[in-house]
Amino acid sequence: MAQISKKTLIYILLGLGALTMIIPFYWMIATSLKTAGEATAMPPVWWPGSMQFSNYVEAFQVAPFGRYLLNSVFVTLLSTIGEVLTAILAAFAFARLNFYGKDILFALLLATMMVPGELLIIPNFVTLANLDWINTYMALIVPWLASVFSVFIVKQRFESISDNLYYAAKIDGCSDFRFLWQVLVPLSRSSIITMVVLKVIGSWNAFLWPLLVTNATEMRTLPVGLQSFTTEAGTRFELLMAASTFVIVPMIVFYMIFQKYIIKGIANTGTKG
Amino acid sequence: MQNKKTWKATFQAFWYILPLFIIIGVFNIYPIIKSFAMAFYDDFNIFSGEIGGYGLTNFETLVSDEEFAEALMNTFVYVLFVTPISIILALAVAILLNNIKRLKPIFQSIYFLPFVTSTVAISIVWRWLYHSEYGLINYVLSLFGIDTINWLTNPDWAMPAAIIMAIWKSLGFNILLFLVGLNNIGKTYYDAAKIDGANAWQRFVNVTVPLLGPTIFLVSIISIINNFKVFDEIYALFNGQPGPSNSTITVVYYLYKKFYTEFDYGVASASGIVLFLIIFVITIVQIWFNKRFVHYR
Repeated sequence: MAQISKKTLIYILLGLGALTMIIPFYWMIATSLKTAGEATAMPPVWWPGSMQFSNYVEAFQVAPFGRYLLNSVFVTLLSTIGEVLTAILAAFAFARLNFYGKDILFALLLATMMVPGELLIIPNFVTLANLDWINTYMALIVPWLASVFSVFIVKQRFESISDNLYYAAKIDGCSDFRFLWQVLVPLSRSSIITMVVLKVIGSWNAFLWPLLVTNATEMRTLPVGLQSFTTEAGTRFELLMAASTFVIVPMIVFYMIFQKYIIKGIANTGTKG
Repeated sequence: MQNKKTWKATFQAFWYILPLFIIIGVFNIYPIIKSFAMAFYDDFNIFSGEIGGYGLTNFETLVSDEEFAEALMNTFVYVLFVTPISIILALAVAILLNNIKRLKPIFQSIYFLPFVTSTVAISIVWRWLYHSEYGLINYVLSLFGIDTINWLTNPDWAMPAAIIMAIWKSLGFNILLFLVGLNNIGKTYYDAAKIDGANAWQRFVNVTVPLLGPTIFLVSIISIINNFKVFDEIYALFNGQPGPSNSTITVVYYLYKKFYTEFDYGVASASGIVLFLIIFVITIVQIWFNKRFVHYR
């Protein structure tokens, strides 16, 4: 009897916590479907009388969210592809090739991870201004085409794959490049997906950098566009919540699909420090 | 792997690493050096690019700038509240989750949800929850007879508002790391403790906490470092402002303001260096602490 009630207590506590986590999301979606009157009603309306999907249409008319979406998708896609390629290539060199200066170079790369990215925005902004890249896709994409963190994840996986495979492939006359793409990469599929998933989330949600390098409306990504929309929407909270839902939901869907990889990625990087 | 270093392998490695190195070199390594240099510029003219010389002017400006003192103070307060509260709550939830089987994955997904959402978007949602007249939070408080709180416009409440939201957002990530840590503790320790007659609380204090030491240490480092860099939350929660009458200005917000609105690159870089040094020192102290006091692995 005591056992049962203890379990029940655990479920009640966890349930209350989960409710606290989920209420902001519920409130966002509920508000996005309310009329202006319902949104500001006191006491609050828990369930919209009739679903105002027109709020989404209106938000799209007030600000170019279609364009923001396109920019976000484009930037996320290209910077992810770039980061995967640079990471796989470099990870191969660090995991499989014995070259002069390897340890020093790897230590140097790891050392860059200690420096907060916020410190780098000033010189990077100057570099991009000199290249005349402000307000271009180049500014949004090129600095994010490589990450030491990703190299680290992929290198660890490559190193765990037996050397014997490498020698066997060599004997069969397979070049290093072919070995990398036809043996190592497929065998490391799950580590690479983990890296991709974390990168996509980071890129989609990035704010400070896109905020700095875009001041033209047509170059904004979703988070930057959403932030500037708060001025345009003014007190129309139902529109603001519709726009917020539109920014948040794609990542939630993405998370539901790739949950396993996200958890694995964080668990691995977390425990190995 | 070949055992000997060869020039052939070096030549080959060069091409494999080159794409990464160009990007990291231009956008990570060069700017690290450059920002240290910029922090020590005197009389830097951003239009002509002329430097008056090198010196400590920017750091002197920082030290005498009350706004920077405020930014440091606020950031410390933010870190000091968000980190321990989030860690304690996350540890509690992780331990509860570890005690159940049914619904565990669903609970885990829900707690983790804020981690994958855009900070800007969710901060805007919280801005709505905190709304003084129509906000859900004030309504709920009113049910308990608590008067309207001007969360976002009263300088005394702005920081608590930011802290509460940050705890809510960071919880899922910490829970996940703790769950991994808890999974690594062998069941035999608990069985042994039970045989010795330890109750649940004694098992928690004498088995869980010490064996979870490395994880708690790791989660603390990650949270402290992340919390020191707070910016998006503040910017979006207060609509681009650092809170009412500057009440939630943080170090990164200060850097952003000096750099982007006042074009004072030197002082902005110097504040970035201060941020770097704080994070660096904390990391070193924690590594030392870990080596000295956390013996279990």
